[in-house]
Amino acid sequence: MKFIKYLLIGILFGVVMTKSEAISWYRIQEMFRFQSFHMYGIIGTAVSIGALMMFLMKRLDFKAITGASVKQKVSDPGFKRYLFGGIVFGLGWALSGACPGPMYTLIGAKMTVFIVVILSAVLGTLVYGVVKNKIPH
Amino acid sequence: MNEIIEFISQPWSWYASGIGISLVMFLLLWSGERFGVSSTLKTLCSIGGAGKKISFFAGGWKDQSWNLVFVLGAAIGGYIAVEYLNSGQPLDLSAATITDLKALGIPFDGELAPLSIFNWENLTTVKGLLIMIIGGFLVGFGTRWAGGCTSGHAISGLSNLQIPSLIAVIGFFIGGLVMTFLIFPLIF
Repeated sequence: MKFIKYLLIGILFGVVMTKSEAISWYRIQEMFRFQSFHMYGIIGTAVSIGALMMFLMKRLDFKAITGASVKQKVSDPGFKRYLFGGIVFGLGWALSGACPGPMYTLIGAKMTVFIVVILSAVLGTLVYGVVKNKIPH
Repeated sequence: MNEIIEFISQPWSWYASGIGISLVMFLLLWSGERFGVSSTLKTLCSIGGAGKKISFFAGGWKDQSWNLVFVLGAAIGGYIAVEYLNSGQPLDLSAATITDLKALGIPFDGELAPLSIFNWENLTTVKGLLIMIIGGFLVGFGTRWAGGCTSGHAISGLSNLQIPSLIAVIGFFIGGLVMTFLIFPLIF
């Protein structure tokens, strides 16, 4: 039963990503060429509201329906893994025009060939797991 | 009802979209989870049995099964949006981008992604195959190395004022700019 909730939130996410055109390869190109405010507006709005939301949740000790405090994204300190990993991710983001969320959404949006892109992304994650201890973090 | 469907079928403004994404983030936090899509790639490796040979994928993945349901929903949402909430208007891409891409030999076709690159037949060409496979591979490798993707770092991480997320996002842009301005002219 609890999975229906996540299915519905996922559907909302898919509709938002498609209607906002954030899943578009063209929009990602436009973003990296600084030729439109569109993607910056989307991310900027989401982060601004998100930051206010996180601030209030911490301040008011907002509890999730599980009764626990809300989960926060807290990353281990570090520099190299974030910069190098980020650069590799960015190269792939510009080439495929999609980050993971949009990849799944695109399959539903009738761009079914993105199944191949996702499988390649799974392969990339697998290879990271293999070489993890040999690359800087 | 028809008016409502007609209204949401128009292309959405950036602020409506940004509000929508923060609503998704709120609903996941409220449910006791965290917004981060790239974890599903790791989960798929674990389900595939990678944990038997590679310790990084060992351990349980059941606590991540909600995320797989979430991305299944995302795909269904994508279908609903193009099938039932489609105004038929092509994407309002900036004229400068159209010109730049045309110069690279990628004509703007009004689709979500250029069909001249992203189609099944193109997988039989070396170039098409490499673009799709290398593009996906770099995303999958980079996101795990950096510990998150656009949703985990750019949205969740920046919202929680995490310096590592800021470094990762700067990395995303360095990579994206290098691909767009230095590598695209070589491959297109």
